[in-house]
Amino acid sequence: MTPSSQTILTELELDALTELVNIGVGRAASNLREMVGEQVILSVPTVALVSRAQAIHILGNREASKLVAVHQVFEGDIRGRVLLIFPETKSLELVRAVIGGDLPLEDIIELEQEALAETGNIILNGCLATIANMLQRSLKTSLPEILRGEAPEFFNLAPPPEAADVVMFLYITFAVRERDISGYIAMLMDMPSLVVLKGLLGEFIERATGGGAPNSDVPA
Amino acid sequence: MTYRILIVDDSKLARMAVAKTLNALHPAWTRVEATNADEAIALARQSSFDMALLDFNIPGRDGLVLAAELRELHRAMPLALISANHQHEIVSRAREVGAAFLPKPLTEQALSEFLVQAVSQLKSAAR
Repeated sequence: MTPSSQTILTELELDALTELVNIGVGRAASNLREMVGEQVILSVPTVALVSRAQAIHILGNREASKLVAVHQVFEGDIRGRVLLIFPETKSLELVRAVIGGDLPLEDIIELEQEALAETGNIILNGCLATIANMLQRSLKTSLPEILRGEAPEFFNLAPPPEAADVVMFLYITFAVRERDISGYIAMLMDMPSLVVLKGLLGEFIERATGGGAPNSDVPA
Repeated sequence: MTYRILIVDDSKLARMAVAKTLNALHPAWTRVEATNADEAIALARQSSFDMALLDFNIPGRDGLVLAAELRELHRAMPLALISANHQHEIVSRAREVGAAFLPKPLTEQALSEFLVQAVSQLKSAAR
């Protein structure tokens, strides 16, 4: 019997992964600030490992409108694809938030594709580069690509995924210039990649904690 | 001289990593851990701490809000805010509440420098 994706990582491994993503997103926020010229708040309140079917279900339930995604493929010891997903209704708002000023609608529409790709690239690469560096591995990423559609299409991109593919599903909140925009980051991996990731997380935890720090006074 | 240090981070791994570094630098110090601002404030009301290390990105009130609340309770306590997000709004708000800013991932050197400064601050306050 193969282990299910949700149970393959221990609580501490999932905690470590969440911490890596938060560091990555924190750095991405600093980089976006340079681009935007104003404070950017990016936070990832929760991370969950789910199956592709569950990811489609969660997105379908939460978002009634069509979706837009920035998509990148990554390759290395772990391989897969990563998507930054927003409801399509929020995408122009995101572009306005990033570009600022009172640009006419036609300019915003013209810049949408480029601004989305650039923003997505900063956020996704911030996460992937931090994960790779801290796990002491290198990852190559493709150029960002904009996708529009619905959740089932995003999670069934060619080459077709195996049934065992797992999705690391993150809620992300993005706030800039008094606009709050919620979206998602989904990182799709196959089971062999998840197994490698588990091993790398184990080594990372070992390095970070020296193999189990003595207990402190943790409040019950 | 040993000190009591409060560590606030929702990530168990991050707390373990700080514990490892602290243990290497000052094995005799007492570490107390909290996972969010409410827990930290409750602990700080129960007993006093000599210094605190606060993660910026914690659920509920963030590390900067917590720093200001701890500052109300203990006016002279050395505080450090830890974050990968080094936007100057955050760094300067940390300075405004009198907290040092330490980049994440936390290195032994950065933590050690903060602790040296904190200890000298505590010693001169005690004189």
